[in-house]
Amino acid sequence: MVADAPKTFQLDMSQWQGSLDELRGLVSERAMTGETMLLNMGPHHPSTHGVLRLLLELDGEEIVSCLPDVGYLHTGIEKNIESKSYEKAVTLTDRMDYLSPMSNNMVFCLAVEKLVDLDVPERAQVIRVICLELSRIASHLVWLGTHAIDMGAMSVFLYAFRERELILDMFEMLSGQRMMGSYFRPGGVWRDLRPEFLPALRHFLDIMPGRIADYERLLTNNPIWIDRTQGVGIIEPDVALAWGVSGASLRASGVNWDIRKAMPYSGYEAYEFNVPLGEHGDVYDRYMVRIEEMRQSLRIIEQAIKRLDTAKGGFRSDNRKFVPPPRTELGQSMEAVIHHFKLWTEGFSAPDKEVYVSIESPRGEIGCYLHGTGGNKPRRVHFKTPSFMHIQAIPVMAEGHMIADLVAIIGSVDIVLGDCDR
Amino acid sequence: MGVTQKLGNLGVVTTTLEQAINWARTGATWPLLFGLACCAIEYMSTQASNYDLARFGMELNRASPRQADLMIVAGRVTRKMAPVVRQLYDQMADPKWVISMGDCASCGGVYNNYAVVQGVDEIIPVDVYVAGCPPRPEQLMHGILTLQEKIRGERISDWALTIRQEA
Repeated sequence: MVADAPKTFQLDMSQWQGSLDELRGLVSERAMTGETMLLNMGPHHPSTHGVLRLLLELDGEEIVSCLPDVGYLHTGIEKNIESKSYEKAVTLTDRMDYLSPMSNNMVFCLAVEKLVDLDVPERAQVIRVICLELSRIASHLVWLGTHAIDMGAMSVFLYAFRERELILDMFEMLSGQRMMGSYFRPGGVWRDLRPEFLPALRHFLDIMPGRIADYERLLTNNPIWIDRTQGVGIIEPDVALAWGVSGASLRASGVNWDIRKAMPYSGYEAYEFNVPLGEHGDVYDRYMVRIEEMRQSLRIIEQAIKRLDTAKGGFRSDNRKFVPPPRTELGQSMEAVIHHFKLWTEGFSAPDKEVYVSIESPRGEIGCYLHGTGGNKPRRVHFKTPSFMHIQAIPVMAEGHMIADLVAIIGSVDIVLGDCDR
Repeated sequence: MGVTQKLGNLGVVTTTLEQAINWARTGATWPLLFGLACCAIEYMSTQASNYDLARFGMELNRASPRQADLMIVAGRVTRKMAPVVRQLYDQMADPKWVISMGDCASCGGVYNNYAVVQGVDEIIPVDVYVAGCPPRPEQLMHGILTLQEKIRGERISDWALTIRQEA
């Protein structure tokens, strides 16, 4: 133990205690008189997928009201980015939605590229699409495993994580890190595909359809799974839109809204894929939509591999004002050394204007608002994250259901608290 | 290999109480099912099929701190979460150990800002620090093995000391 390190934080346990009076107006009057019971779920609860805290008002086992309390993972990432140059800030975005770091990288890089008007070569765009779709599958696998474990189906978790390891291995080949690769950089990606990457990807594409069928065999027609999920946590399309629900959770309600189709980025308009839709907007439909999305992602990756051969350009832009030169040039060219030095010490400057871009992350619409200053650091960065919206919608879905159904609902909207709290 | 094959037909094994207890504790640490951020996902990977934490007698996660004796602080501890972490630690029964998993839990990591506690050791005592952002499953396992080594070497006199300090 480091014995003598000075403490910077004074623990105040009284923060964690409160009085019933503070809840007046938030819960019904019946709770004040003790007619209904108040139950605290989380922030340490295995089924809240992180550190979400829900204050439940219960009438017997039925949920009368549900108050989400977020912020237990508020990390100050947006504020931290204000003190980083644009390229260095990419590393921080990884750690928001830690189930699909690549999507966060992507939305931030797109915002920076829009701000400084930087073009990304075609090949880099294709590499990005492959990574985004792989991370969509990886994220859905974690969702599937944890969602199933919440409902008592232990084995799905073990299968899902087995396949996720294949994806993490590929990410490690690309970026050197399993999860937080920071592989996307403004102007492209960090380095080109490794020679061992494509065979690994080929192998993954070969085995994955069978594995998805295996998950379906475990769950789709399983009577227990159907009983627990069908008709639970229904959200109507107009209500879902009103609460800002997006992604697979919105599509399960039957709203055809996928940013990859509606506002294509990184060349998504050139790929053929279906947007799976649900009908009922219940937990089961959200499950089916995500399973189908994994298949569609595989389809996109298949097409992307074919495009790699013909895609023009390198793995990142050649604009030396924004993208560092290759290592080999440093020994031969004075300009390369100057560019390298400028980019790694000061970074590039961006104009004093604001941009907003949004992409389809595995969870839904993730948006990035970026305001430049004219200097090398942003004035303000803000992320519009899907988990935050989905947590707002949980009470709408949960009211009137049993506590056990709440666990199914939390799992089905696929929230990540790092994404919500940032 | 069973004890009888190892020792032949001796029939009697002698050891000290201290060693026997430490041996029993080493291979059956029940971790608290507790995750904060990114590291919790790596911790899940460590538990899952490829890395199989069950090999170290650690597959049984308890959701209740009353039943757990190892807290793996997986992720950044924020100021809002700090009292919760402390309360969970206080609720765990002795003997208990803490692994600080990842840079954020160990020292605040990249987040030297208003929101993050600069190391979980500011609120609870830590036995093993595991570096990495997030640490690979192998790194976490190394941390666990280091902790097991520490448990094997614990002395009865130290247990008494800990209890007296906390009383």
